[in-house]
Amino acid sequence: MRGTESPQQERLKEKEQGLAQEEAVDESDLEGETVHLKVFRYDPEVEGKQEPRFDDFYVPFEKGMTVLDAVMYARDEFDSSLTFRHSCRQAVCGSDAFFVNGKQQLGCKTQISELKQPVRIEPLPHQEVVKDLVVDMDHFYDQMHAVEPYFQQEELPDGDLEEQRQSRENREKVKMSTRCIWCAACMSSCNIAAGDNEYLGPAAINKAYRFAMDEREDDEIKEHRLRIVEQEHGVWRCQTQFSCTDVCPKDIPLTEHIQELKREAVKKNLKFW
Amino acid sequence: MSQSYNRGLIEDFGRWKEFSAGMWAWIFHKFTGWMLIGYLFTHIAVLSTAIGAAAGDPAAIQQETDVYTTTIQGLESLFIIRVLEVGLLAVAVFHILNGLRLLMVDLGVGLSAQDKSFYASLVLTGIITIASVPTFMDGVTI
Repeated sequence: MRGTESPQQERLKEKEQGLAQEEAVDESDLEGETVHLKVFRYDPEVEGKQEPRFDDFYVPFEKGMTVLDAVMYARDEFDSSLTFRHSCRQAVCGSDAFFVNGKQQLGCKTQISELKQPVRIEPLPHQEVVKDLVVDMDHFYDQMHAVEPYFQQEELPDGDLEEQRQSRENREKVKMSTRCIWCAACMSSCNIAAGDNEYLGPAAINKAYRFAMDEREDDEIKEHRLRIVEQEHGVWRCQTQFSCTDVCPKDIPLTEHIQELKREAVKKNLKFW
Repeated sequence: MSQSYNRGLIEDFGRWKEFSAGMWAWIFHKFTGWMLIGYLFTHIAVLSTAIGAAAGDPAAIQQETDVYTTTIQGLESLFIIRVLEVGLLAVAVFHILNGLRLLMVDLGVGLSAQDKSFYASLVLTGIITIASVPTFMDGVTI
Protein backbone atom coordinates (compact mmCIF):
# COMPACT_ATOMS: atom_id res chain seq x y z
CA MET A 1 0.00 0.00 0.00
CA ARG A 2 1.65 3.12 -1.30
CA GLY A 3 5.21 2.95 -0.05
CA THR A 4 4.96 2.84 3.72
CA GLU A 5 3.33 0.07 5.70
CA SER A 6 -0.14 0.54 7.08
CA PRO A 7 -0.73 0.05 10.82
CA GLN A 8 -2.49 -3.16 9.91
CA GLN A 9 0.52 -4.57 8.11
CA GLU A 10 2.81 -3.58 10.94
CA ARG A 11 0.57 -5.33 13.42
CA LEU A 12 0.48 -8.50 11.33
CA LYS A 13 4.24 -8.47 11.05
CA GLU A 14 4.68 -8.10 14.80
CA LYS A 15 2.23 -10.90 15.39
CA GLU A 16 4.05 -13.21 13.01
CA GLN A 17 7.35 -12.50 14.67
CA GLY A 18 5.82 -13.21 18.06
CA LEU A 19 4.33 -16.48 16.88
CA ALA A 20 7.60 -17.59 15.31
CA GLN A 21 9.34 -17.08 18.63
CA GLU A 22 6.74 -19.01 20.59
CA GLU A 23 6.89 -21.91 18.14
CA ALA A 24 10.62 -22.11 18.44
CA VAL A 25 10.37 -22.63 22.20
CA ASP A 26 7.69 -25.29 22.67
CA GLU A 27 6.64 -28.11 20.29
CA SER A 28 9.41 -30.62 20.98
CA ASP A 29 8.94 -30.51 24.76
CA LEU A 30 5.43 -31.88 24.44
CA GLU A 31 6.26 -34.73 22.05
CA GLY A 32 4.88 -38.01 23.37
CA GLU A 33 3.21 -36.38 26.35
CA THR A 34 -0.41 -35.93 27.28
CA VAL A 35 -2.21 -32.62 27.35
CA HIS A 36 -4.38 -31.81 30.34
CA LEU A 37 -7.68 -30.22 29.32
CA LYS A 38 -10.21 -28.72 31.71
CA VAL A 39 -13.47 -28.46 29.81
CA PHE A 40 -16.61 -26.64 30.88
CA ARG A 41 -19.61 -28.98 31.06
CA TYR A 42 -23.30 -28.14 31.32
CA ASP A 43 -26.41 -29.90 30.15
CA PRO A 44 -29.85 -28.92 31.42
CA GLU A 45 -31.27 -32.30 30.41
CA VAL A 46 -28.82 -34.51 32.27
CA GLU A 47 -28.99 -35.10 35.99
CA GLY A 48 -25.72 -34.04 37.57
CA LYS A 49 -24.75 -31.72 34.73
CA GLN A 50 -27.37 -29.08 35.43
CA GLU A 51 -24.87 -27.33 37.65
CA PRO A 52 -21.91 -26.37 35.47
CA ARG A 53 -18.64 -28.12 36.23
CA PHE A 54 -15.22 -28.72 34.71
CA ASP A 55 -14.21 -32.14 33.43
CA ASP A 56 -10.58 -33.21 33.06
CA PHE A 57 -9.35 -34.92 29.92
CA TYR A 58 -5.84 -36.18 29.20
CA VAL A 59 -5.20 -36.23 25.47
CA PRO A 60 -2.01 -37.56 23.81
CA PHE A 61 -0.15 -34.70 22.18
CA GLU A 62 0.64 -34.72 18.50
CA LYS A 63 2.71 -32.22 16.58
CA GLY A 64 0.51 -29.44 15.27
CA MET A 65 -2.39 -30.31 17.55
CA THR A 66 -4.97 -27.55 17.89
CA VAL A 67 -7.47 -26.97 20.68
CA LEU A 68 -10.18 -28.26 18.36
CA ASP A 69 -8.17 -31.44 17.63
CA ALA A 70 -7.82 -31.97 21.36
CA VAL A 71 -11.51 -31.61 22.22
CA MET A 72 -12.41 -33.79 19.22
CA TYR A 73 -10.08 -36.47 20.55
CA ALA A 74 -11.67 -36.16 23.98
CA ARG A 75 -15.11 -36.50 22.46
CA ASP A 76 -14.25 -39.43 20.19
CA GLU A 77 -12.22 -41.41 22.71
CA PHE A 78 -13.54 -40.49 26.15
CA ASP A 79 -16.96 -38.89 26.26
CA SER A 80 -19.19 -38.82 23.22
CA SER A 81 -21.58 -36.41 24.93
CA LEU A 82 -18.99 -33.60 24.90
CA THR A 83 -20.64 -30.98 22.70
CA PHE A 84 -19.14 -28.15 20.65
CA ARG A 85 -19.64 -26.58 17.25
CA HIS A 86 -17.10 -27.10 14.52
CA SER A 87 -17.05 -27.49 10.80
CA CYS A 88 -14.27 -26.45 8.45
CA ARG A 89 -11.30 -26.75 10.84
CA GLN A 90 -9.42 -24.03 8.98
CA ALA A 91 -10.64 -20.75 10.52
CA VAL A 92 -13.15 -20.03 7.80
CA CYS A 93 -16.53 -21.13 9.11
CA GLY A 94 -16.30 -19.35 12.45
CA SER A 95 -18.07 -22.10 14.42
CA ASP A 96 -15.52 -22.97 17.06
CA ALA A 97 -14.76 -19.81 18.98
CA PHE A 98 -14.05 -20.85 22.58
CA PHE A 99 -12.78 -19.14 25.71
CA VAL A 100 -9.36 -20.78 25.98
CA ASN A 101 -7.21 -19.93 28.99
CA GLY A 102 -9.08 -16.68 29.48
CA LYS A 103 -9.08 -15.50 25.87
CA GLN A 104 -11.54 -15.79 23.03
CA GLN A 105 -9.87 -17.89 20.33
CA LEU A 106 -10.81 -20.17 17.47
CA GLY A 107 -10.24 -23.77 18.54
CA CYS A 108 -8.96 -24.73 15.10
CA LYS A 109 -6.49 -21.87 14.91
CA THR A 110 -4.96 -22.21 18.36
CA GLN A 111 -1.99 -24.52 18.84
CA ILE A 112 -1.99 -26.56 22.04
CA SER A 113 1.79 -26.16 22.25
CA GLU A 114 1.37 -22.40 22.72
CA LEU A 115 -0.88 -22.76 25.74
CA LYS A 116 -0.18 -23.13 29.42
CA GLN A 117 -1.44 -26.32 30.99
CA PRO A 118 -4.00 -27.28 32.12
CA VAL A 119 -5.75 -25.84 29.08
CA ARG A 120 -9.01 -24.39 30.29
CA ILE A 121 -11.70 -24.51 27.61
CA GLU A 122 -14.97 -22.70 28.22
CA PRO A 123 -17.86 -21.49 26.10
CA LEU A 124 -17.77 -17.84 24.99
CA PRO A 125 -18.52 -15.51 27.92
CA HIS A 126 -21.47 -13.13 27.87
CA GLN A 127 -23.53 -15.58 25.84
CA GLU A 128 -26.00 -18.03 27.26
CA VAL A 129 -24.68 -21.57 27.38
CA VAL A 130 -26.94 -24.10 25.68
CA LYS A 131 -24.80 -27.16 26.30
CA ASP A 132 -21.11 -27.66 27.15
CA LEU A 133 -19.20 -25.35 24.78
CA VAL A 134 -22.22 -24.40 22.69
CA VAL A 135 -23.58 -20.88 23.23
CA ASP A 136 -26.75 -19.23 22.02
CA MET A 137 -25.76 -17.09 19.02
CA ASP A 138 -29.22 -15.60 18.34
CA HIS A 139 -28.47 -12.22 19.87
CA PHE A 140 -25.21 -11.95 17.94
CA TYR A 141 -26.98 -12.74 14.67
CA ASP A 142 -29.72 -10.22 15.49
CA GLN A 143 -27.09 -7.51 15.90
CA MET A 144 -25.41 -8.54 12.64
CA HIS A 145 -28.68 -8.39 10.72
CA ALA A 146 -29.55 -5.02 12.26
CA VAL A 147 -26.87 -3.34 10.12
CA GLU A 148 -28.23 -4.83 6.88
CA PRO A 149 -25.12 -6.86 6.06
CA TYR A 150 -25.61 -7.08 2.31
CA PHE A 151 -24.70 -5.05 -0.77
CA GLN A 152 -27.41 -2.58 -1.75
CA GLN A 153 -27.36 -1.13 -5.24
CA GLU A 154 -30.46 -1.15 -7.42
CA GLU A 155 -28.95 0.23 -10.60
CA LEU A 156 -26.98 -1.84 -13.05
CA PRO A 157 -23.79 -0.37 -14.44
CA ASP A 158 -23.77 1.15 -17.92
CA GLY A 159 -22.98 -0.91 -20.99
CA ASP A 160 -22.82 -4.66 -21.24
CA LEU A 161 -21.21 -5.12 -17.86
CA GLU A 162 -23.46 -6.59 -15.23
CA GLU A 163 -20.89 -6.75 -12.51
CA GLN A 164 -20.46 -3.93 -10.06
CA ARG A 165 -16.83 -2.97 -10.56
CA GLN A 166 -14.83 -1.82 -7.57
CA SER A 167 -11.61 0.15 -7.75
CA ARG A 168 -8.45 -1.47 -6.40
CA GLU A 169 -8.05 1.31 -3.83
CA ASN A 170 -11.56 0.86 -2.56
CA ARG A 171 -11.13 -2.87 -2.35
CA GLU A 172 -7.98 -2.32 -0.29
CA LYS A 173 -9.92 0.03 1.96
CA VAL A 174 -12.56 -2.57 2.88
CA LYS A 175 -10.28 -5.60 2.56
CA MET A 176 -9.78 -6.35 6.24
CA SER A 177 -13.41 -5.73 7.11
CA THR A 178 -14.56 -8.36 4.60
CA ARG A 179 -12.69 -11.07 6.46
CA CYS A 180 -15.24 -11.41 9.26
CA ILE A 181 -16.38 -15.01 9.78
CA TRP A 182 -19.13 -14.26 12.31
CA CYS A 183 -17.46 -16.22 15.10
CA ALA A 184 -18.56 -13.73 17.80
CA ALA A 185 -15.20 -13.74 19.58
CA CYS A 186 -15.09 -9.94 19.49
CA MET A 187 -18.63 -9.53 20.80
CA SER A 188 -17.84 -11.91 23.63
CA SER A 189 -14.66 -10.02 24.58
CA CYS A 190 -16.36 -6.62 24.62
CA ASN A 191 -16.96 -5.27 28.08
CA ILE A 192 -19.49 -2.76 26.82
CA ALA A 193 -21.52 -5.32 24.86
CA ALA A 194 -21.63 -7.38 28.06
CA GLY A 195 -23.31 -4.57 29.94
CA ASP A 196 -25.46 -3.16 27.15
CA ASN A 197 -27.55 -5.73 25.35
CA GLU A 198 -28.59 -3.23 22.71
CA TYR A 199 -25.06 -2.28 21.70
CA LEU A 200 -24.46 -3.36 18.12
CA GLY A 201 -21.05 -4.72 19.00
CA PRO A 202 -17.76 -4.77 17.10
CA ALA A 203 -18.68 -7.41 14.50
CA ALA A 204 -21.88 -5.68 13.41
CA ILE A 205 -20.23 -2.27 13.28
CA ASN A 206 -17.38 -3.75 11.24
CA LYS A 207 -19.97 -5.17 8.86
CA ALA A 208 -21.58 -1.73 8.60
CA TYR A 209 -18.13 -0.30 7.87
CA ARG A 210 -17.55 -2.86 5.13
CA PHE A 211 -20.58 -1.54 3.22
CA ALA A 212 -20.55 2.12 4.27
CA MET A 213 -17.01 2.40 2.85
CA ASP A 214 -17.89 0.57 -0.36
CA GLU A 215 -17.99 3.20 -3.10
CA ARG A 216 -20.29 1.12 -5.28
CA GLU A 217 -23.22 1.92 -3.04
CA ASP A 218 -25.03 5.23 -3.44
CA ASP A 219 -24.62 8.13 -1.05
CA GLU A 220 -28.18 7.70 0.16
CA ILE A 221 -27.48 4.16 1.26
CA LYS A 222 -24.28 5.28 2.94
CA GLU A 223 -26.23 7.88 4.88
CA HIS A 224 -28.78 5.28 5.83
CA ARG A 225 -25.97 3.02 7.09
CA LEU A 226 -24.44 5.85 9.10
CA ARG A 227 -27.83 6.60 10.63
CA ILE A 228 -27.97 3.01 11.89
CA VAL A 229 -24.53 3.04 13.51
CA GLU A 230 -24.71 6.54 14.98
CA GLN A 231 -27.69 5.69 17.16
CA GLU A 232 -27.41 5.69 20.91
CA HIS A 233 -26.38 2.04 21.07
CA GLY A 234 -24.17 2.24 18.01
CA VAL A 235 -20.58 3.40 17.57
CA TRP A 236 -20.62 5.81 20.51
CA ARG A 237 -20.78 2.94 22.98
CA CYS A 238 -17.28 1.89 22.00
CA GLN A 239 -14.86 2.87 24.76
CA THR A 240 -11.73 1.88 22.84
CA GLN A 241 -10.61 -0.91 25.12
CA PHE A 242 -9.22 -2.70 22.06
CA SER A 243 -10.42 -6.05 23.45
CA CYS A 244 -12.13 -6.96 20.16
CA THR A 245 -9.07 -6.11 18.08
CA ASP A 246 -6.94 -8.21 20.42
CA VAL A 247 -9.04 -11.35 20.08
CA CYS A 248 -10.14 -11.22 16.42
CA PRO A 249 -8.88 -14.45 14.81
CA LYS A 250 -8.92 -12.78 11.40
CA ASP A 251 -6.88 -9.77 12.54
CA ILE A 252 -9.54 -7.26 11.61
CA PRO A 253 -8.69 -3.83 13.05
CA LEU A 254 -12.14 -3.54 14.63
CA THR A 255 -11.47 -0.58 16.89
CA GLU A 256 -9.94 1.30 13.96
CA HIS A 257 -13.08 0.72 11.91
CA ILE A 258 -15.40 1.76 14.74
CA GLN A 259 -13.36 4.95 15.25
CA GLU A 260 -13.50 5.75 11.56
CA LEU A 261 -17.27 5.39 11.55
CA LYS A 262 -17.46 7.71 14.56
CA ARG A 263 -15.57 10.32 12.57
CA GLU A 264 -17.78 9.77 9.52
CA ALA A 265 -20.85 10.23 11.71
CA VAL A 266 -19.47 13.45 13.17
CA LYS A 267 -18.61 14.76 9.71
CA LYS A 268 -22.08 13.92 8.44
CA ASN A 269 -23.73 15.80 11.30
CA LEU A 270 -21.42 18.81 11.13
CA LYS A 271 -21.97 19.22 7.42
CA PHE A 272 -24.61 21.92 7.02
CA TRP A 273 -24.04 22.78 3.37
CA MET B 1 -34.50 -23.72 23.30
CA SER B 2 -35.57 -25.41 26.48
CA GLN B 3 -33.11 -24.01 28.92
CA SER B 4 -29.79 -22.28 28.95
CA TYR B 5 -27.27 -21.15 31.49
CA ASN B 6 -26.26 -17.56 32.05
CA ARG B 7 -22.73 -17.29 33.34
CA GLY B 8 -23.10 -13.56 33.93
CA LEU B 9 -19.93 -11.51 34.01
CA ILE B 10 -17.84 -14.62 34.53
CA GLU B 11 -14.58 -13.47 33.02
CA ASP B 12 -14.68 -9.86 34.09
CA PHE B 13 -12.97 -8.75 37.26
CA GLY B 14 -11.84 -12.13 38.52
CA ARG B 15 -9.52 -12.34 35.54
CA TRP B 16 -7.75 -9.04 35.94
CA LYS B 17 -4.42 -10.72 35.34
CA GLU B 18 -5.43 -11.33 31.73
CA PHE B 19 -6.57 -7.77 31.04
CA SER B 20 -4.91 -6.13 28.06
CA ALA B 21 -3.33 -2.69 27.93
CA GLY B 22 -6.45 -1.12 26.44
CA MET B 23 -8.58 -2.56 29.22
CA TRP B 24 -6.27 -1.25 31.96
CA ALA B 25 -6.19 2.15 30.30
CA TRP B 26 -9.98 2.19 30.34
CA ILE B 27 -10.19 1.16 34.02
CA PHE B 28 -7.57 3.72 35.10
CA HIS B 29 -9.20 6.45 33.06
CA LYS B 30 -12.59 5.80 34.68
CA PHE B 31 -11.04 5.58 38.14
CA THR B 32 -9.02 8.79 37.83
CA GLY B 33 -12.04 10.53 36.30
CA TRP B 34 -14.18 9.72 39.33
CA MET B 35 -11.37 10.73 41.68
CA LEU B 36 -11.13 14.12 39.98
CA ILE B 37 -14.88 14.64 40.19
CA GLY B 38 -14.73 13.75 43.90
CA TYR B 39 -11.92 16.23 44.37
CA LEU B 40 -13.82 18.90 42.45
CA PHE B 41 -16.66 18.83 44.99
CA THR B 42 -14.28 18.92 47.94
CA HIS B 43 -12.54 21.81 46.26
CA ILE B 44 -15.82 23.70 45.87
CA ALA B 45 -16.46 23.27 49.59
CA VAL B 46 -13.04 24.72 50.39
CA LEU B 47 -13.50 27.62 47.99
CA SER B 48 -16.84 28.56 49.54
CA THR B 49 -15.07 28.80 52.88
CA ALA B 50 -12.53 31.10 51.25
CA ILE B 51 -15.22 33.40 49.88
CA GLY B 52 -16.68 33.75 53.38
CA ALA B 53 -13.25 34.35 54.84
CA ALA B 54 -12.36 36.98 52.26
CA ALA B 55 -15.20 39.11 53.59
CA GLY B 56 -13.78 38.76 57.09
CA ASP B 57 -11.59 41.08 59.09
CA PRO B 58 -8.80 42.47 56.82
CA ALA B 59 -6.46 42.85 59.76
CA ALA B 60 -6.86 39.18 60.70
CA ILE B 61 -6.18 38.15 57.10
CA GLN B 62 -3.08 40.34 57.14
CA GLN B 63 -1.81 38.61 60.26
CA GLU B 64 -2.79 35.18 58.91
CA THR B 65 -5.00 34.47 61.91
CA ASP B 66 -8.30 34.26 60.02
CA VAL B 67 -10.30 31.03 59.79
CA TYR B 68 -9.43 30.26 56.16
CA THR B 69 -5.67 30.72 56.43
CA THR B 70 -5.40 28.85 59.73
CA THR B 71 -7.49 25.96 58.38
CA ILE B 72 -5.36 25.64 55.25
CA GLN B 73 -2.14 25.94 57.24
CA GLY B 74 -3.41 23.37 59.66
CA LEU B 75 -4.22 20.95 56.84
CA GLU B 76 -0.92 21.60 55.10
CA SER B 77 1.00 20.70 58.23
CA LEU B 78 -0.47 17.21 58.15
CA PHE B 79 1.62 14.52 56.49
CA ILE B 80 -1.41 12.64 55.15
CA ILE B 81 -2.66 15.76 53.35
CA ARG B 82 0.68 16.14 51.58
CA VAL B 83 0.54 12.48 50.51
CA LEU B 84 -3.00 12.98 49.21
CA GLU B 85 -1.80 16.00 47.24
CA VAL B 86 0.86 13.90 45.54
CA GLY B 87 -1.85 11.33 44.82
CA LEU B 88 -4.09 14.01 43.35
CA LEU B 89 -1.28 15.13 41.09
CA ALA B 90 -0.66 11.55 39.93
CA VAL B 91 -4.36 11.06 39.22
CA ALA B 92 -4.63 14.34 37.30
CA VAL B 93 -1.43 13.76 35.29
CA PHE B 94 -2.49 10.24 34.26
CA HIS B 95 -5.95 11.48 33.29
CA ILE B 96 -4.44 14.24 31.15
CA LEU B 97 -1.89 11.99 29.43
CA ASN B 98 -4.34 9.18 28.80
CA GLY B 99 -6.83 11.79 27.62
CA LEU B 100 -4.31 12.86 24.99
CA ARG B 101 -3.84 9.21 24.08
CA LEU B 102 -7.61 8.82 23.68
CA LEU B 103 -7.69 11.95 21.55
CA MET B 104 -5.17 10.32 19.20
CA VAL B 105 -7.21 7.12 19.23
CA ASP B 106 -10.30 9.12 18.31
CA LEU B 107 -8.46 10.78 15.46
CA GLY B 108 -7.21 7.41 14.27
CA VAL B 109 -3.57 8.34 14.77
CA GLY B 110 -1.15 5.60 15.81
CA LEU B 111 -3.78 3.02 16.72
CA SER B 112 -1.26 0.24 16.41
CA ALA B 113 0.78 1.85 19.20
CA GLN B 114 -2.16 2.30 21.56
CA ASP B 115 -0.71 -0.14 24.11
CA LYS B 116 2.70 1.52 23.99
CA SER B 117 1.18 4.97 24.47
CA PHE B 118 -0.67 3.66 27.53
CA TYR B 119 2.57 2.37 29.03
CA ALA B 120 4.20 5.69 28.16
CA SER B 121 1.40 7.53 30.02
CA LEU B 122 2.02 5.35 33.06
CA VAL B 123 5.78 5.87 33.02
CA LEU B 124 5.47 9.63 32.50
CA THR B 125 2.92 9.83 35.32
CA GLY B 126 5.36 7.97 37.55
CA ILE B 127 8.26 10.25 36.68
CA ILE B 128 6.27 13.47 37.14
CA THR B 129 4.83 12.24 40.43
CA ILE B 130 8.21 11.28 41.85
CA ALA B 131 9.72 14.55 40.66
CA SER B 132 6.97 16.44 42.49
CA VAL B 133 7.59 14.76 45.84
CA PRO B 134 10.31 17.18 47.09
CA THR B 135 8.07 20.17 46.37
CA PHE B 136 4.96 18.70 47.94
CA MET B 137 6.73 17.27 50.98
CA ASP B 138 8.74 20.42 51.71
CA GLY B 139 8.75 21.34 55.38
CA VAL B 140 6.38 18.72 56.71
CA THR B 141 7.11 16.27 59.50
CA ILE B 142 5.45 12.96 60.08
